[in-house]
Amino acid sequence: MNSIFSQEVPLSWYLLLSAVLFTLGVVGFLIKRNLITVFMSIELMLNGVNLSFVTFAYQWHAVKGQIFVFFVMMVAAAEAAVGLAIIIAVFRARATLAVDRIDLMKL
Amino acid sequence: MHLILFVLFAGFCLAGAINLLLQSHPITSALSLIVVMTSLAVLYLLLGAEFLAIAQVIVYAGAIMVLFTFVVMLLNAGREERTMGSRSARAVGFPAVVALLAVIATVILKAQGLGVATLGEGLTDQKGATNIEVLSTVLFTRLLLPFEVTSVLILIAILGAVALARHGDGDPHGNRERTGK
Repeated sequence: MNSIFSQEVPLSWYLLLSAVLFTLGVVGFLIKRNLITVFMSIELMLNGVNLSFVTFAYQWHAVKGQIFVFFVMMVAAAEAAVGLAIIIAVFRARATLAVDRIDLMKL
Repeated sequence: MHLILFVLFAGFCLAGAINLLLQSHPITSALSLIVVMTSLAVLYLLLGAEFLAIAQVIVYAGAIMVLFTFVVMLLNAGREERTMGSRSARAVGFPAVVALLAVIATVILKAQGLGVATLGEGLTDQKGATNIEVLSTVLFTRLLLPFEVTSVLILIAILGAVALARHGDGDPHGNRERTGK
């Protein structure tokens, strides 16, 4: 009873969750074949890293970690805007979103 | 209570992330990513980062994901075709991913001095200022220049996005606007 309603969660669980989220992002980046979904996997990786930043900010009572997450969010917003514009430009040029068919620079 | 909330929303988070990988339609993946980001906002709240929780919902689950769903619908992205990639990617990539997770998990589990998170104990200072007050004090005094530079970055990103998305469309209206500049 006491264990289920415990007020305490080890911080390593948060870090493990962030590691698993990051790894799922890497897996998505490798196996997904749609340009937009590959881009979403990058966002998933960013979110995993943000969670570990917040966890360490909690651990060390340091506000810098949270501020870093804030800047990561801002840069991610800019990155999403530019990246999606590039995806639109690629779609206009190649009329496809499959990464297998966008292979102009492939050896 | 903290444990229940953590397990619940960590479960939502992982379910959303796995669903993102399994679904073949981009719009379903985008909706799964919204689930992941909203659950992460709750986890930030549990860790006492109220401002980041709100920013996560507004910026990530709101602005960025609206952009994603907008592009998915604009490009009319259909189901993706599953190809298994090259053999070397399968032979090297997936063991490398498993090794990556194993290394990170080992480092985390071996780490000494990691504390426990208790509910309601956020990042505050001794004088009883809240998390948002502490954060904004640092952000608007010591880190004012990076904060303002970020706004310039966002402005450049907006201009770049407009230039990239307009580039190459053959309609005469767009051409007239470009030469008019």
